[in-house]
Amino acid sequence: MIEIRNLNKTYHLKTGDVKAVQDVSLQIGDGVIYGVIGYSGAGKSTLVRCLNLLEMPDSGSVTLEGTGEITLKGGKPYLDGKVMTSRQLNGMRRGIGMIFQHFNLLDRCTVFENIAYPLRHTGRSGKEISRRVRELLALVGLEDKIDVYPSQLSGGQKQRVAIARALAADPRVLLSDEATSALDPEATESILALLQDLNRKLGITIVLITHEMAVIRSIADRVAVMEDGRVVEEGPVYDIFAEPEAEITRKFVSSSLLGKLDRMIAEDSDLVKVRPGELLIRLTYRKDCVEEHLLTTAARTCGFDLNIVLANSEYLRGNPIGGMAGILSGERENIEKGIQFLRQNHVSVEVIRDGDADGTACAESVPVS
Amino acid sequence: METLMEQLAPNLYLYRDKFYKSFSATVEMFWKAGLIAGVVGLLLGVLLVITKKDGISPKPLVYQVTNLLINVFRSIPFIILLIFLIPLTRAVVGTAINVKGAILPLVFGTVPFYSRQVEVALSGVDPGKIEAARSMGSGTVGLIFRVYLREAVPDLIRVTTVTAISLIGLTTMAGAVGAGGIGSFAINYGQNQNHPDIVNVCVITLLIVTFILQSLGNGLSRRATNCGLLTRHHAGEKEKVV
Repeated sequence: MIEIRNLNKTYHLKTGDVKAVQDVSLQIGDGVIYGVIGYSGAGKSTLVRCLNLLEMPDSGSVTLEGTGEITLKGGKPYLDGKVMTSRQLNGMRRGIGMIFQHFNLLDRCTVFENIAYPLRHTGRSGKEISRRVRELLALVGLEDKIDVYPSQLSGGQKQRVAIARALAADPRVLLSDEATSALDPEATESILALLQDLNRKLGITIVLITHEMAVIRSIADRVAVMEDGRVVEEGPVYDIFAEPEAEITRKFVSSSLLGKLDRMIAEDSDLVKVRPGELLIRLTYRKDCVEEHLLTTAARTCGFDLNIVLANSEYLRGNPIGGMAGILSGERENIEKGIQFLRQNHVSVEVIRDGDADGTACAESVPVS
Repeated sequence: METLMEQLAPNLYLYRDKFYKSFSATVEMFWKAGLIAGVVGLLLGVLLVITKKDGISPKPLVYQVTNLLINVFRSIPFIILLIFLIPLTRAVVGTAINVKGAILPLVFGTVPFYSRQVEVALSGVDPGKIEAARSMGSGTVGLIFRVYLREAVPDLIRVTTVTAISLIGLTTMAGAVGAGGIGSFAINYGQNQNHPDIVNVCVITLLIVTFILQSLGNGLSRRATNCGLLTRHHAGEKEKVV
């Protein structure tokens, strides 16, 4: 378990102070794949570097299993009330693996030497190191590249070597800083699959920094959304997808599920124009209702018509989630009854446009809930 | 060979013993001063990089003092430095003349240039590699030897070549303190006694030496890029042998 409490980090630049991390508190459970998403400059890279103290936070505390609670006062780390020695600091870092966007392998060392890097000078024998490196290469599927230099590898292969290197010293936690951002879609997928596999096989906790919702969607269990150095929303990935609260989360999510709808509304497309008496709505079905034919039931029993504009459903971490946008027409009373019925059955209903809204019909877009 | 020399450069032939002696004096100055300057320059270059504000062990005072000293010595022309350092040389090595007396000024003339070059070479190491090594628990010493010095080898070879060639240039001025060498031979026996063939041969000799150094440096630097300089056997292969 990693526990971050009231963490702060401010950079004092010539152009002014930048509050990279502001009062962040998080709990990351053991064996979880924890995503941190945000646009660039949101402070997610700084936050993750505060976990292994590559960046020294100004204040707050970080509790790591195997190390203890590290408190920060005046930009100095304290462990059990005493300033941490550099030996303690380096020992703590060895217990946390880290991979990077640009891999950061040593170009003048072979794959073998790169992976052996964290093992050398730790009292292990050459034989032991050799055995461990082979084991790791088998784990990441690059046994045949042992004597090759990084310049001869593809991006995805380099990241695999970097992962093997990060795992060499048996860390409990793996930090991934935009590890797939420099890779093509295929390599991205294979690296994400590898991370997920390692998480399952080794039970290693993975903290994953990214600006792509697709990455979170495909492997993260929980996610924290960051904006301007703060965590604005946090929870299980499914819940965040099903009911995003913060505006920025909504942006990340909608670009993922019903991405086109926002664009249609922004461009005032004919598809989303409503006539008087009509309602443009967005429905989100969660796992407990996605498989039932609630909508047709509602239309039949309450008596309204539905024109589907956009619909999508998919599996998220093994659970189905669905989204639909449509225009309802009919007696207002019936429509309201229908909405009531859907809400009772755990479908979240958002009225985006109301054709009756003070006569101007489709001109106004009602802000989403 | 000797008759060819007699025909092409009769005056050089006449003074060939002096020429050989001068050449060996240049070689002696080059390797002795080069070795010391190489070690000291490398040390100072590393010191500059790690104590810099965003270095791995920032020490502003150490950095500023080192930086200032290097700038001061770099701005003194070598011929002035030679005579300026005479008292110091005498105090340290007991004499300020001959090859022995030229080594210290040559070191002072080379170190500032070399340490700057080393600083540039080391600064070229991707900060991401440093960060990765820090994340794996490497301390300052580990970062210097396992990342900085190792990853910068091709650039270090390049700057060492440049410095070596400039050191040869400096040795030719050492005649000013009676150290001999090709430079003073060319002036005393070539120019002053009006023997142009001697001057020409001295120029050609220096050209050849420079050319050899440059080719050697280029070749080694290219070999060291993105791989080990010598084909290294990794631990895995050793295990098989055992």
